Amino acid sequence: MSKFRRKSKGGSPGISTASLPDIVFMLLFFFMVTTVMRETTLFVDVLTPKATEIRKMEKKSLVSYIYIGSPVKRLQSSYGSKPRIQLNDAFAETADIQEFIATERESHDEKEIPYMTVSIKADEEVKMGTVIDVKQELRKANALKINYSTRKGTY
Amino acid sequence: MARSNRELQEINAGSMADIAFLLLIFFLVTTTMDVDTGIARKLPPMPEDEQIEDDSQIHARNIYVVLVNSNNQLLVENVPMDISQLKDGAKGFIDNNGLNPELSDNPEKAIISLQNDRGTSYKTYIQVQNELTAAYNELRNTAALSEFGSRYYDLPKNQQRTIRKKYPQKISEAEPKNVEENE
Repeated sequence: MSKFRRKSKGGSPGISTASLPDIVFMLLFFFMVTTVMRETTLFVDVLTPKATEIRKMEKKSLVSYIYIGSPVKRLQSSYGSKPRIQLNDAFAETADIQEFIATERESHDEKEIPYMTVSIKADEEVKMGTVIDVKQELRKANALKINYSTRKGTY
Repeated sequence: MARSNRELQEINAGSMADIAFLLLIFFLVTTTMDVDTGIARKLPPMPEDEQIEDDSQIHARNIYVVLVNSNNQLLVENVPMDISQLKDGAKGFIDNNGLNPELSDNPEKAIISLQNDRGTSYKTYIQVQNELTAAYNELRNTAALSEFGSRYYDLPKNQQRTIRKKYPQKISEAEPKNVEENE
C-alpha cells in the first residue's frame, strides 16, 4: 500500500497555467503602447498610387497631412463626387492651406520648423490640376519639404 | 468554522486571463502598424517679383524634356514614349558624359524638366516621378558599388554625399502655365 501511494505522488502534475495572465498582460501592454489611434476621420476616399522607389517617413510628429480625393460615399449626396481637399477634420479649399501650415508651425518648436514635412495623400484618380494648386499654395506658405504618399508595389 | 472559511477564500482569478485576452484582441485589431512611405521631394521657393527667369544659360542638350498630356501619354524629347522605357531613357541621358551630342554633357549638368497638364492623372504623375527616381537610384547604386563597394543607402553619410554630388537629382517642374481648365 505504501509503495502504491509513493508512486502516485511522483506522477507528473498538470502544466500550471497560473502565469498565463502574466504573459497575456505583457502582450497587452506591448500593443497598448504601440497602438496609434487614428486621429482624423477621413471624409475623402484615398487610395494612394503604387511606387517602388519609396522611403520611410521619419518623425511622424513633424508630418502634416493633406488628403485629396472624392468624398466618401455617404457624403457624396451633399458634397458631390468632385475631388476635395481635407485638412485635419474638415473639407477645405486651396486658399485654406496657408493658414493650415501656419497653425501647424505654431504648434511646434521653432527649431523643428525646417524639418517639418507635408505629406500629400492623394487618390490615384485625382487630376494633377488639384495637386498643382496645392503645391503652389505650399510654395507660397514656404513649406517646401513634401512627400507624395504611396503604397509599395509595382503598377 | 464555516464563517472563517469564507473569509479566507481568495478571489477567483481564473477569468483574469479571459479579460486580458479580450483587451489584447481589441488592441490587436485597432493597432495600425503601417509605416508611412512615399516619394520625398523638395519644392522650389517662390520666385521673387523682380527676378526674371533665365533658362538661356542652360544648354538645350542638358535638358531632358518630359511632357505628360491629359490623356496620360508621354512625350520625351519630342518623341512619344511608353512609361516603361522612361527609366532607361533617363539613365542614358544622365550618364551620357558627352558621348551623344543630343544628350547631356555630364551628370552634374543634366536636368530633367517635367511638365504635366492639369488633366494628367495623379497616378501617372507618380509613375513618372517613380521612374525618374529609379533612374537616379540605379545610377547612384552603380557608382556607389564601384567606388565604395556597397549600395548607396548602406553607405555612411559622407560617402553618400560624394555620390550625391556626382549624380545630383535635378528634376525641374515647370511653373504651371495658364492651361485651360478641363476638369
